[in-house]
Amino acid sequence: MSTTLDQTWYMTQRQLMAIVRQPVFVVITLVQPVIWLFLFGSLFRKVVELPGFGGGSYLDYLVPGVVVMSAVSSNMWAGMGTLEEIERGTLNRFLTTPVSRAALMNANVVQQGFSTAGQSVIIVLLGKLGGADYPGGIGGIVLLIIASIMLGTVFGAFSNALGMLVRQRESIIGINTFLLLPLTFLSSAFMAPGLMPSWMRHVADFNPVNWALVAGRSAMSADPDWGDVLSRGGGLLALALAAVWLSTRTFRSYQKSV
Amino acid sequence: MTAHAPAVVAHDLIKTYPGGVRALDGMAVTVEAGTVFGLLGPNGAGKSTTVKILTTLARPDSGAAVVAGHDALRHPDRVRRAIGVVAQKSGADPVATGRENLLLQGRLYGLRGAALGKRADELLDRFDLTAAGRRMVKTYSGGMQRRLDVALGLMHRPQVLFLDEPTTGLDPEARTAMWEEISRLAGDEGLTILLTTHYLEEADRLAERIAIVDRGRVVAEGTPDGLKGELRGDAVHVELSRTPDEVDARLLATALGECAAVREVTFDGRRLSARADDGPAAVPRVLTALEQQGAAVASVTVARPSLDDVYLRYAGRRFSEADTAGHQDNSGRTGGTAPADPTGRTDAAGAHDDTAGNVPARTSGGAR
Repeated sequence: MSTTLDQTWYMTQRQLMAIVRQPVFVVITLVQPVIWLFLFGSLFRKVVELPGFGGGSYLDYLVPGVVVMSAVSSNMWAGMGTLEEIERGTLNRFLTTPVSRAALMNANVVQQGFSTAGQSVIIVLLGKLGGADYPGGIGGIVLLIIASIMLGTVFGAFSNALGMLVRQRESIIGINTFLLLPLTFLSSAFMAPGLMPSWMRHVADFNPVNWALVAGRSAMSADPDWGDVLSRGGGLLALALAAVWLSTRTFRSYQKSV
Repeated sequence: MTAHAPAVVAHDLIKTYPGGVRALDGMAVTVEAGTVFGLLGPNGAGKSTTVKILTTLARPDSGAAVVAGHDALRHPDRVRRAIGVVAQKSGADPVATGRENLLLQGRLYGLRGAALGKRADELLDRFDLTAAGRRMVKTYSGGMQRRLDVALGLMHRPQVLFLDEPTTGLDPEARTAMWEEISRLAGDEGLTILLTTHYLEEADRLAERIAIVDRGRVVAEGTPDGLKGELRGDAVHVELSRTPDEVDARLLATALGECAAVREVTFDGRRLSARADDGPAAVPRVLTALEQQGAAVASVTVARPSLDDVYLRYAGRRFSEADTAGHQDNSGRTGGTAPADPTGRTDAAGAHDDTAGNVPARTSGGAR
């Protein structure tokens, strides 16, 4: 077991180094959140004045939305990296070594978790710079980030599975383009639930993206509803575990097609 | 694993890919420990699939494979510890340095601490990569990358090394350098090498034994010389200074037959072709016989049978034709039609005698 942990760390380290060495990609992935936070945020600054929104600052409301949306969008591309490693022969090279298969898969999850955490922290800090207020304190922010990591794990694992099974960039691009905005709009990311059309609000109840938002926002508020945090967080955890299990299974079918 | 057990034994391997492509159709291979064995065949013959099965990457539909004394199907983990694999595609991490790639590879086999660093530096030195060791792999030339690939495969001192088309995609200079490396590796104590190639010259030059693979099975196996020796002798070509008429030609053929040095004499214009058990030894007698008949000779060439001739005999088609026809396991690096003769030299990959306009001369001389 200690070997698997060691190996997971070595493989994670390798992936993190690759990210650190390509800072251009880090900058590119932060362009979108900045746009949502500051352009979209300024444009719709006055929606908080709508009766029923609850007042306050829209930036305060938007930061968790952008954190969660960014967690989804960046993890959705995980499959591209996997695909590249397959095409380059790197995955096959590892598969002919005694490295634990679990370590290979876990490294993806851990690396994505680190990346999501880093990205979330930057967005929270950017929000702070822009004048956002976080009444829930550090604890609330940490819970928002944990929820984002779990949500990111779900999408990352699906994307990896897709990369391994379909092995076409176009499929990943297509599915991501198709899913990201609808999943975001069918959640409370940008708009208070009370003001959403009722059918959208009902759909949102089943949307894991919304679970992360409900849990995160509640934890970040001055007076958290721990029931909401626990129920949505538990749902995300269960989903994340299922997604990781699924992508481990796809390893086997990948090997059949080698 | 006992000292004399073969390093690789596989038989009756059958593998069908989704879509009904039968990649292996009763493939069998036995490699004695400490030798270099070549799997030779065109693209799509099943070489890579065989390697994937022997290296535990793929599973056959049926058949058995034992590598380094372990059952590859039942105990793939044990096999993985004993083998080194250099696949067709590099697999090195482009955004890590050469040294980092080696260190990670070593860690996966349990190497740690000083021993790990020492082994990595040793291999960098051996493959002439010391200066490049701290540079990212994406800055490497094709030849450097390939050398790193081989170093990766050797990191944990494997018993059996698999080289899947080690020189495909390399320029002639890098290819020659890689051949030298592989020859040197072959001298390593106890290392068994199984290499696949679609270059006739490469197999001829590196492998002690060769199996010719066609359509998922072995069609001939033996030493390169043994396989070529099964063909009936060398080709002797004589170019006469003028075209003989029919009567003269018959006379010449009879005279040559009587001197007992050659057989299967044929004429094509002023070009005379024949077969001899020992080409060089036959040349003086052929020249004498022709001189006695008053035929002036412009040039004489002798060609050893090439592996292409062997392939033609066993697979029933010319190597280059088969290579263009099959693309199933084409890696994409070769750009489709790989030349059977990468270096432009033709001593091993020379064309069959009846198409040979430029058969290389081991003995060649003019008379009169």
